[in-house]
Amino acid sequence: MSLATDLPHSEGRASGEAAKTPGTGAEKPAPRRRSRQRRERLFQWLFLVPAVVYMTLFFGYPVVKNVVMSFQEYTTSTFFTGEAPWVGFTNYVTVLQSSLFSTSLINTALFTIGSILGQFVIGLALAIFFQRKFPLNGILRSLLLLPWLLPLIVSSAVWRWILDKDSGALNRFLGDLGIIDTGIPWLTSTSLALIAVVGVNIWIGIPFNLTILYGGLQEIPDELYEAGSLDGATGWKAFRNITWPMLRPVVSVVLVLGVVYTLKVLDIILGLTNGGPANSTQTIATQSYNLSFHEFKFGEGAALGNVLVIISLVFAVLYLRASRRAVDE
Amino acid sequence: MKSAQRTYRPLALAVAALVGLPLALSGCGSTTAASSSETATELSVMDYYNNEPDKSFIGDALSKCGTQLGVTVKRETVPGKSLISKVLQQSSSKTLPDVLMLDNPDLQQIAATGALAPLADFKVSTENFAEGVLSAGTYKDKVYGLAPTVNTIALFYNKDILAAAGVTPPTTWEELKAASAKLTAGDQYGLAFNANPTYEGTWQFLPVMWSNGGDEKKIDTKETEQALQLWTDLVKSGSVSSSALNWTQADVKDQFLAGKAAMMVNGPWQIPALDKQPTLQYGVVKIPVREAGQTSVAPLGGEVWTVPQTGNKARQAKAAEMVACLNSDENQLAMATARNTIPSKTTLSDKFASDNPKLATFTELIKTARARTGQLGEEWPAQATKIYTAIQTSLTGNASPADALKQAQGQ
Repeated sequence: MSLATDLPHSEGRASGEAAKTPGTGAEKPAPRRRSRQRRERLFQWLFLVPAVVYMTLFFGYPVVKNVVMSFQEYTTSTFFTGEAPWVGFTNYVTVLQSSLFSTSLINTALFTIGSILGQFVIGLALAIFFQRKFPLNGILRSLLLLPWLLPLIVSSAVWRWILDKDSGALNRFLGDLGIIDTGIPWLTSTSLALIAVVGVNIWIGIPFNLTILYGGLQEIPDELYEAGSLDGATGWKAFRNITWPMLRPVVSVVLVLGVVYTLKVLDIILGLTNGGPANSTQTIATQSYNLSFHEFKFGEGAALGNVLVIISLVFAVLYLRASRRAVDE
Repeated sequence: MKSAQRTYRPLALAVAALVGLPLALSGCGSTTAASSSETATELSVMDYYNNEPDKSFIGDALSKCGTQLGVTVKRETVPGKSLISKVLQQSSSKTLPDVLMLDNPDLQQIAATGALAPLADFKVSTENFAEGVLSAGTYKDKVYGLAPTVNTIALFYNKDILAAAGVTPPTTWEELKAASAKLTAGDQYGLAFNANPTYEGTWQFLPVMWSNGGDEKKIDTKETEQALQLWTDLVKSGSVSSSALNWTQADVKDQFLAGKAAMMVNGPWQIPALDKQPTLQYGVVKIPVREAGQTSVAPLGGEVWTVPQTGNKARQAKAAEMVACLNSDENQLAMATARNTIPSKTTLSDKFASDNPKLATFTELIKTARARTGQLGEEWPAQATKIYTAIQTSLTGNASPADALKQAQGQ
């Protein structure tokens, strides 16, 4: 205690103002407490600074820049001259009126809904399956994580070989089973390419769903099932009345996160089909990438990117509400 | 307060460092451009030959020229796909290298930004170059880049397969269709080309489009429609696998190597891979034209070397000498021979073709080869996108060639 009282004292002497007003013992504690509080507050802010600086530099700046860019005629010249004339909403009008926009929008919706449905249903089924105790359970579960660990560009390259019409492994397999006579053009038919791409994306997304849902299932206390079985709730009934209601908060988090991740998928589509054939796998994300980095229309690319950001934002708000509810519950 | 100050200081320093670090990093690169000296002793070079054997071939040529010019060469190689983004990044931070290599269809984009210096400023000779090569390096009547060696595409055929089927290499579209149909059997397709939704797909289509008088400025014409009809017929009849819609040129080469395609449209850069398989006997002919008598016009490929506006006159002058040195007759011949490409000076073609019979067809084609950006300049990417979109729409059967072209042109 003596040290604590000593230090502020010497401090008071050092700072000119405190030396001029030699206060009585009764006055002293109040400003001291206040200054300590202020110092603590300052510390709190200082600890926030790295995070705030990081967020501003790496999240805030690109987002703001992207919004600004979408209102400019931003071309290759801009990089050298720094000149980017303002064009108002021209980029948005061009992008939204393009005949490709509706195609990309529909593809984005189909791709997202299809991927999420597949990933979630299969992920949930596997999560429930792995709840049972059986030998090699742990090893199998970790093996299922592999798709998640592979770089996306590797996955897409491998799947491109597997799905090849003439010499792909999948068609060979189906042919050997006698199911098909001629190769199915998985990636080169306008009606199949999107399905194939969704299929590959489901394969990639299963581990994420499996892991989170498995974690959620572990949280459900065994007693509930024991009590349920006494009342005759087993199998499907147990799932409907115990598992599903208890899992709901986790489910909403998985679904919303899944949607936001899937909306922006780029590498898989570029690696498998490049948006083709005939734009049948072109999504808003791939189209935005094409505009910016292949056609050098950076303003239009940014505008389309922002459209995607707004769509994601809707789901991000849903996510925030869902996670708040999950905490409440 | 003293003790408190002591605790604050490292924290404040850390914060300052965190804020300042990116600034400091971005500042680093510009020092080379800022310092101006009378004589340059060093040149920075950037190119995308990051794979062997090209990496060494180009590296050797650069260091040889460096010794000749009395400068040390600081070379950076980046992957092809990231070169343009790197160039744009560097041009906004004013840290472009002294000598910059660009893929020829990208030259106009970069020249339009003002980041490159016209080679005439440094009295670099542009004599004897093939017309297409100069037009690829020209933006608004000024030459900004020169390619020591160039390439193009032609029709490769498997001699054994053709001989066994009694087929001679086709010269017209009718012959091409007939030959492809006859050579299609079982696992083997008559022909392989690439029609994927990238500029590669456009590039492979250009020979039939141009030879028939098609124009990239306006694609909904009779001439282009006939060319697209040919491509569509070949896929529809099954002579070409519909996988062409997704193949790259490397995939096409793999099909040809595996004997799954009797003929293919491809370029001389595949020759080393083909030669690795000693059992494969192949020949190269020009891509067939619609009617005998038409000229086979091939698109010009290859990379141009440029001198960016770095602001350091002494180094720019040296950089221009480097570009001139890479383009000397001797270097053109050496690089072309080593890399299976074609010297860009027409005065060298006869000697080169007789020394390298395998490349004779390509050498012949270069004389009339056209630059993709020759007419359109910086409009090329947008128009090339329309062309591959039309190809894909027609080849998948989503629209007739005429409608596909009309749709794409109006896009």
